[in-house]
Amino acid sequence: MEALSPTMEEGKIAAWLKREGDTVEAGDTLAEVETDKAVMDLQARGHGVLRKIIVGEGATTEVGNLVAVIAGPDEDISHILSEAADATGAAAGAEPAALTATAPAPTAAGESAAGRIKASPLARRLAREKGLDLAVVAGSGPGGRVVKRDIEAALPAGVPAAPAAVELAPGGYEDIEPSQLRKTIAKRLVQSLGPVPHFFLTTEIDMERAAEARDALNALGDTKVSFNDIVVKVVAQALITHRECNAWWQDSHVRYFNDVHISMAVAIDDGLITPVIRNANRKSLREIAVESRALAERARNRKLLPEEYTGGTFSISNLGMLGIDEFTAVINPPEAGILAVGAMTPKPVVHEGSVTVRRRMRVTMSCDHRVIDGAMGARFLQTVKRMLENPLAIVW
Amino acid sequence: MATITYRDALNQALREEMERDPNVFLMGEEVGVYQGAYKVSRGLLEAFGEHRVVDTPIAELSFAGIGVGAAMVGMRPVIEFMTWNFALLAIDQVVNSAAKMLYMSGGQIPVPIVFRGPGGAALQLAAQHSQAFESWFAHIPGLRVVAPATPYDAKGLLKSAIRDDNPVVFLEGEMLYNLKGEVPEEEYTIPLGEADVKREGNDVTIVCHSKTVAVAHKAADRLSSQLGVEAEIVDLRTIRPLDVETIVASVRKTNRCVIVEEGWPFCGVGAQVVDEIQRAAFDDLDAPVLRVTQADVPMPYSKKLERLTKPNPDQVVDAVKQVSYLDGN
Repeated sequence: MEALSPTMEEGKIAAWLKREGDTVEAGDTLAEVETDKAVMDLQARGHGVLRKIIVGEGATTEVGNLVAVIAGPDEDISHILSEAADATGAAAGAEPAALTATAPAPTAAGESAAGRIKASPLARRLAREKGLDLAVVAGSGPGGRVVKRDIEAALPAGVPAAPAAVELAPGGYEDIEPSQLRKTIAKRLVQSLGPVPHFFLTTEIDMERAAEARDALNALGDTKVSFNDIVVKVVAQALITHRECNAWWQDSHVRYFNDVHISMAVAIDDGLITPVIRNANRKSLREIAVESRALAERARNRKLLPEEYTGGTFSISNLGMLGIDEFTAVINPPEAGILAVGAMTPKPVVHEGSVTVRRRMRVTMSCDHRVIDGAMGARFLQTVKRMLENPLAIVW
Repeated sequence: MATITYRDALNQALREEMERDPNVFLMGEEVGVYQGAYKVSRGLLEAFGEHRVVDTPIAELSFAGIGVGAAMVGMRPVIEFMTWNFALLAIDQVVNSAAKMLYMSGGQIPVPIVFRGPGGAALQLAAQHSQAFESWFAHIPGLRVVAPATPYDAKGLLKSAIRDDNPVVFLEGEMLYNLKGEVPEEEYTIPLGEADVKREGNDVTIVCHSKTVAVAHKAADRLSSQLGVEAEIVDLRTIRPLDVETIVASVRKTNRCVIVEEGWPFCGVGAQVVDEIQRAAFDDLDAPVLRVTQADVPMPYSKKLERLTKPNPDQVVDAVKQVSYLDGN
């Protein structure tokens, strides 16, 4: 199993596109693999005959494990097959020359079958006692083993043990194994809200003029601009002015970026993913509109490439279309901030001395306090507010 | 409290037990006139006479057999082997006679005998004279196996061994005979089968016995000063019966364990300890239990090579780092 994304630890064979006995050339797509992020093509790395499929459709195996054997039509592959059979579970880290995909490094001693979580007995007991799901704890031991200190790190200090689970009547619930994507989301978000010191800033923005601008632009023709596109553009521009919010916490240092890469949260079946609009500060609103639509489409079809959903410097999450007035979002590490955008709602407000109805939108910024202080975040948000209330600033 | 050597502590134990019970006698090579190859029996011939401090020919099997016979008829012999390497010649009497007699006689004939002498490596005694035989004897049902690390333990345990109605294999350390330690003036005994926590700590358990207790202490000092890791040192003192309770209580507290012994790794004492731990404390382990042992080769004569084969504090520190996930894996 080849690592098809930077964070991929295991992959599920969604479908085999070649059958045993087929002749394959290097570069041919052998199978579709569901990774932690997307469905990716597994390509042949050599030519020959697909002699044996080891990991069947629907099965999951760790990166580095043998999934199939490509060899000459009459080449003896019995030793490869017997090694694969000897290894634990369906497949394990053998690395013969003629494999479809070889691992950068075999996993430790092939000790874990596909999908198994490595954890010390103590870590397992503590997780059980604290009501913690081991799947969402990042292991720091050899081969990713979850050990005591990982459990301790995953538990907020002073949180009492979860109350003993109430025995539910059978049939009152359904246990569904989380998808690869769901597992990754779980892992990443626990890594965020636990260790990252969040604080939140909320402001309400008058969107009347932004709405007028949007209507005017959309009246021009082909490309439709959404409110979210306008928010992306404004945030990107504001981050250039407030570079202190366009940064990654890197433990030993803080990395400040000169350009703005906006991670845009997109809801997809059973999860979410954050495609990145790169160099958003240098793109026109129209370019952003076109690109965000294309990325969202590819995200929903699970066709994003790893480089399309990594490397963001700041995130925007918008639940306005779902009628949410305001919410707080979890930071997407190592980014230092995320803006949660609520619905645009007509409200009675005092405007120029009289009560009128205006379209208003509430936004909440989550800040990593290690990078951003209260006043810093507030000044950035003030710029965002000012620009949205006077959208001509976009072309300023 | 007086500070005396390990050899004198053993001497006191022998003397006190011989005074206490006229059935106790000492027999072995050079124990009388020469006062013991390591002077453990100094002054005993003079005090108790040649009927109770018996010099033997160089014939380990025969004097061990005489000892077993004497024990069968109610005496309490203490058989000294000049070293345990020589006791290989007498192992048939230890294993087949002493250890089996109570069982084969249907409980009628106890064999209250102590076989004692130095075990393990000294310095440059080479392949045939540098062996730790704890695991050999601990393998045998019917034998008790004791290996004290300090003068205090040596005295208290030898007294209990002599009073015990079972055959006891008592392994001393040639390099320990000069070790000094506090021993009370008043009489005391230490029950067989009780381990001793020699140093308390919360971070890792180091199980050891005999000479490796000193190795463990050196490692523990370094771990404390350099890494802030506080090791708990559990000295087994008695190998069989093994004090599983004390070991497991410590591992439950620290969640990790390193075992240090002078014997070879394969089927060693540590292997048995690991087995007990994994069954009794499985859910308390945060890492696999590691062992530091004599290298799995015959002892080289070369001084430098010899040093490389013996368990040392560096290896213990490394093993502790590993079980504590401090080795930057």
